Amino acid sequence: MATHSNDQYYVPHGSIYPVVLSAGILSLAAGFIFSVAIDKSKDLAYLQAPGKWMMYIGFGLILAMVFKWMGTIITESVTGKYTKWEDKSFRVGMIVFICSEVAFFAAFFGALFYMRIISVPDLAAFDPLFTPYKDFLGTWPSSGPGGMVLGTEYKPGHLNPMGAWGLPAINTALLLTSGATITWAHWALIKNDRKQLIIGMALTVALGIAFLVCQATEYHEAYTEMGLTLGSGAYGATFFMLTGFHGFHVTLGTIMLIVILLRCMKGHFTPEHHFGFEGVAWYWHFVDVVWLGLFIFVYWL
Amino acid sequence: MSTTTVAHHEEHHDQPTGIMRWLTTTNHKDIGTMYLTFSLIMFLVGGCMILGIRAELFKPGLQLMNPEFFNQLIGVHALIMIFAALMPAATGFANWMIPLQIGAPDMALPRLNNWGFWLLPPSAILLTLPFTLALFGIGDGALATGWTFYPPLSVQGGIGVDFAIFAVHLLGISSVMGSINIIVTLFNMRAPGMTLMKMPMFAWGWLITAFLLVATIPVLAGAVTMLLTDRHFGTHFFDAAGGGDPIMFQHLFWFFGHPEVYILLLPVWGFIPQILETFSRKPMYGYKAQVYSFWAIGALSVVVWAHHFFTAGMPVPALLYFMYSTMAISLPLAVLFFCWIKTMWNGAMSFETPMLFAVGWIILFGIGGLTGLVLADVAADAQYHNSYFVVAHFHYTLFAGGIMGIMAGTYYWLPKMTGHMYSEKLGKLHFWLTAISFNLTFIPQFFLGLAGMPRRIPDYALQFAEFNMISTIAAFTLGLSQLLFVYNIVTCARGGKKATDEVWEGAKGLEWTLPSPPPYHSFTEQPIIK
Amino acid sequence: MQVLRKIGLSFAAMLISISAYADYSWNFPEPATPMALDTLHVHNKFMMIIGVIFVAVLAVMIYSIFAHRKSKGNKPVTDKAPSTAVEIFWTLIPFAILLLIDFVIMGIPAYHSVVMMEDTRDKATMVIKITGSQWRWQYEYMDGDAKGIKFVSNLTTTSDQMHNLAEKGEHYLLEVDNHLVLPVGEKVRVLMTSTDVLHNWWVPQFGSSRVAVPGFIRETWVQVERPGVYRGQCKELCGKGHGYMPIVVDALPMAEYKTWVATKKEELEKASAGADKEWTKEDLIATGKGVYEKNCAVCHQVTGAGLPPAFPPLTGSKIANGPIFGADGKYLKDSHLDRVLNGIRVMPSWKAVLNDTEIAAVITYERNALGNSVGDVLQPSQVKAARQ
Ligand code: HEA
Ligand code: HEA
Ligand code: CUA
Ligand SMILES: [Cu+2]
Repeated sequence: MATHSNDQYYVPHGSIYPVVLSAGILSLAAGFIFSVAIDKSKDLAYLQAPGKWMMYIGFGLILAMVFKWMGTIITESVTGKYTKWEDKSFRVGMIVFICSEVAFFAAFFGALFYMRIISVPDLAAFDPLFTPYKDFLGTWPSSGPGGMVLGTEYKPGHLNPMGAWGLPAINTALLLTSGATITWAHWALIKNDRKQLIIGMALTVALGIAFLVCQATEYHEAYTEMGLTLGSGAYGATFFMLTGFHGFHVTLGTIMLIVILLRCMKGHFTPEHHFGFEGVAWYWHFVDVVWLGLFIFVYWL
Repeated sequence: MSTTTVAHHEEHHDQPTGIMRWLTTTNHKDIGTMYLTFSLIMFLVGGCMILGIRAELFKPGLQLMNPEFFNQLIGVHALIMIFAALMPAATGFANWMIPLQIGAPDMALPRLNNWGFWLLPPSAILLTLPFTLALFGIGDGALATGWTFYPPLSVQGGIGVDFAIFAVHLLGISSVMGSINIIVTLFNMRAPGMTLMKMPMFAWGWLITAFLLVATIPVLAGAVTMLLTDRHFGTHFFDAAGGGDPIMFQHLFWFFGHPEVYILLLPVWGFIPQILETFSRKPMYGYKAQVYSFWAIGALSVVVWAHHFFTAGMPVPALLYFMYSTMAISLPLAVLFFCWIKTMWNGAMSFETPMLFAVGWIILFGIGGLTGLVLADVAADAQYHNSYFVVAHFHYTLFAGGIMGIMAGTYYWLPKMTGHMYSEKLGKLHFWLTAISFNLTFIPQFFLGLAGMPRRIPDYALQFAEFNMISTIAAFTLGLSQLLFVYNIVTCARGGKKATDEVWEGAKGLEWTLPSPPPYHSFTEQPIIK
Repeated sequence: MQVLRKIGLSFAAMLISISAYADYSWNFPEPATPMALDTLHVHNKFMMIIGVIFVAVLAVMIYSIFAHRKSKGNKPVTDKAPSTAVEIFWTLIPFAILLLIDFVIMGIPAYHSVVMMEDTRDKATMVIKITGSQWRWQYEYMDGDAKGIKFVSNLTTTSDQMHNLAEKGEHYLLEVDNHLVLPVGEKVRVLMTSTDVLHNWWVPQFGSSRVAVPGFIRETWVQVERPGVYRGQCKELCGKGHGYMPIVVDALPMAEYKTWVATKKEELEKASAGADKEWTKEDLIATGKGVYEKNCAVCHQVTGAGLPPAFPPLTGSKIANGPIFGADGKYLKDSHLDRVLNGIRVMPSWKAVLNDTEIAAVITYERNALGNSVGDVLQPSQVKAARQ
């Protein structure tokens, strides 16, 4: 504790960005609701167009604010406002944030395990005298026994799950190597080797993008050739939600990596002072680990 | 005291004023004030909603509203009271007091702090907007599923559900940001020499709360996201036809929901002992024991969730496990109760308003907790479940344990925050009116529950009439007494007898070493704890 | 101190004000099944325990609040944490007591009642299936000579009573048209399910309550000891009609139960026979009116005006005035018949709830009353065909 007692903690200016950011989020959320309101009653169809616009506006605001906010932080950092003390705040903060992300994914893994271990087998295990699902086996992967859903019939089609050893295996390789390259870049940063640093970062970005391309093709196949969609019961839902949210995080990660790459080129980071770099690196490793979980539980087992 | 200035601010030259000050502020006291004000307003709004409910339940038959609207009021009442009244109040105190209590220049991440607050008004708008829209014939009002969102009802429901889902998302982000900020502050901003085991109890309560929030709020976010995709994108998380299970939602929701109840109370369990030690004029008993109990409660709280749906059907071993683990929570709480009373024991007590609230709080929360304990019994719960017995239980914990705790804290810290003394006379009056009318409101509900009145019904059979009548009358008294509270706070903020720095004879803690009100920049010199 | 006196007083005051009234109850209603009896015992025991704890904890506090006041000139002592082995031992004693309370005194009886409650199958002599749907219960007898008996049970309280336009009856909101009938003394295994949202079948005097989950089968059991009429309610929020789906059970001695089964069977025979004969428009409309007001008026209102936007009007509605059958003789998608049979969104599916005659009748009624005058007739036989 006493270590920091002889430098000053930086308490920034008041800032308008947070408020505007929230306004943007509000507009995005409300807009989304309006644009899907039609699902629930036809006579709300007229809300769709205004909803779309609110979404665009909201999204624009969010982008602008994030951009400016991060910009301010970067300038503050390069103009040397941050000392070891603030740096520690950012580190702890980032760690806690990543923990919350882990909890978010835990919810979806939880859903996956619940369906695999509890609900799907249960549906096949009713007293044979009275069960409504005579010939439902309850083996995983499953898209459910079918039946009426709030007034609309749901018939599970033939389900063909995503194999593990095609694209997914390649993706695993891509992400793991990207984890390696970013660490390699980090070493370079520490021993102040600009060239290796930039190469390392560029490689990482490239790998990230490659991963996204593979993921996109996989989805395309799933929908067009395999008839595997969000709507294909327990398997479809968990598969797409898990891989989807992961893909979304990879996208964010890649964007952040690009920003960091540019900052590296600008020479923003010094061997002893480069939280921005490390924060993103941690995030990237987290995305990496989540993928391993996905590969094992969604594709493989 | 060290002599080095630790806070270097830029506000001095261009400090915005007026509305801009509040929109843009990064100052922990300003933000704390905004949280507390917001909380008070939402408490009134949520209360008015439930007064509507109580009025409808005054006598059998449909008097004021149709059943849908009734259901909407219930759910929104709950969401507002929990997420927009109780939690922001605790966060407000955290913003105000934690930096003062641990001798920090400010919260560690001021801009994030500001964002954390400004996410709340939008979510409040999202929660209440559907009512307004319905007036203009858009959609059919707010969510009518109760605050628990149970599918398939919530999948069937109208746009109100979507609004609530996004409201929960915003509230979730806000809480997580707040938690990050508090954890960082507590780990990184403590005055030199203040080890973790020297932190004030309130700080400890909030540390555990923040951990719980970070661990569970995202799970709730995930759950409502699945709800959203079930509603609009054809997934089958919560319906049997696709291999899903409506009960799965209950598992996810209560995995958040049960820790949530301790999230709400841990900050209170933090500052109540501080109030007790102040007005007993002797240091709190068993600091270590209380801290360990907090840890124990935090750990237990995430492994007992299924006690909220015993009647949904579970294998016997699961039932037994959740019953016994739930009962186990009474042990750390017993320790806390013991410590609280031992703190008062052999002190030199005086009963200013905060102390009155603290003592009354111990008794009433005791009732809430003990009834919770019997709810944990699976067999008896088949009777209690979703009856008014549960409603009474959780108002003893939420209103008495939560809101009345917050009131104790308010009276305790108000002079420090405003620099003026509030009117003791009104304060005491407010306490008595609240305590009495509260009991008259909710004791009848215990008996209603036992007699077999289900919750969430707009109209009831004749044998429930008398108790409901009493409950309603008392509820209105309770409501009106809260206006005293509002009045007392407002007048105190406006002016009144100057408060000393220490405010209370024998007050302990760093916050009392600063002038009241404290300077805009709390500790420009960080004290050194020896 | 005054805290407690005041609260005590107010509590007492309340008790008095209540006991002035004739019928009130301070505890569970009189149990009628072994399970309810067991539950009551457990409940009473636990209430005693927490009562004692509460009083004990309170007594200490009261004393302290009395004795240790500043105004009494009491000087604060500085307490020290228990240090010596003896002291620590004495602080551990209460903890041990609590453990005992939680897991022995409370834990063991709890264990036994749970096991009893969940053992739904052995020694069960008959099986019934209870299906919840918005907002009525459906009962089906699964075995024995009652096998095949299946009927819906609707609230009969009139909307006038609900809106305070008429005197409220004795069993206001707790009365239905078709009671569930059970033999006394038999252990009945109950299968619980739902067609739309969650419901919860709860008769307080039976002490058993199970959530009805759509697509799943949950089980519980009842064994009514005494003949009589028992009333309960749905206790899982299930939409606007949640407060309006009560349960009424007649427990009859075996002999009477048997005769009831016989008569009920005949009735049902007649009904299904009715499905095959040609009906006149008038008869259909007459029967339809009853069916409509019992089942549909909750949402679409007696006048057919509905409660827009949630519940569309039938008067002049496209569906209720549009064609039912296509050129190929099959009923059209989104036709009147399709809606009633299969439902959509909030509109429930009536396939399982109403029989062919009722559906035919109600549709004919809706098309030729409520301000509509399509003029056509839908025969039960056509509905029967459409079900295939
Ligand atoms: C702040 C809020 C709060 C708190 C602190 C608690 C505390 C507890 N609650 Fe409560 N509860 C709610 C809020 C809260 N609850 C809400 C909102 C609901 C309903 C949600 C809904 O359905 O809408 C609910 C519902 C609820 C249920 C589900 C009932 C049902 O729907 O069927 C159960 C069941 O076990 C339960 C149990 C408990 C227990 C065991 C505790 C324990 O933590 C209590 C521990 C405290 C004590 C035991 C008393 C103090 C101890 C002593 C005096 C020492 C001596 C005592 C002994 C050792 C016995 N609660
Ligand atoms: C912190 C949480 C909290 C708080 C403080 C309260 C406060 C109150 N609650 Fe609430 N309640 C819940 C949480 C809370 N409740 C939850 C979680 C549910 C479950 C919902 C569900 O089933 O899903 C519930 C449900 C619930 C029900 C059951 C409804 C049903 O199941 O049918 C009832 C019934 O009596 C009730 C009553 C009250 C009353 C009388 C108060 C009183 O204490 C309120 C007192 C305060 C006021 C009355 C405000 C004072 C203001 C004025 C008097 C006017 C001034 C106004 C202005 C200046 C604008 N509540
Ligand atoms: Cu059915 Cu409530
Ligand atoms: Cu709980």
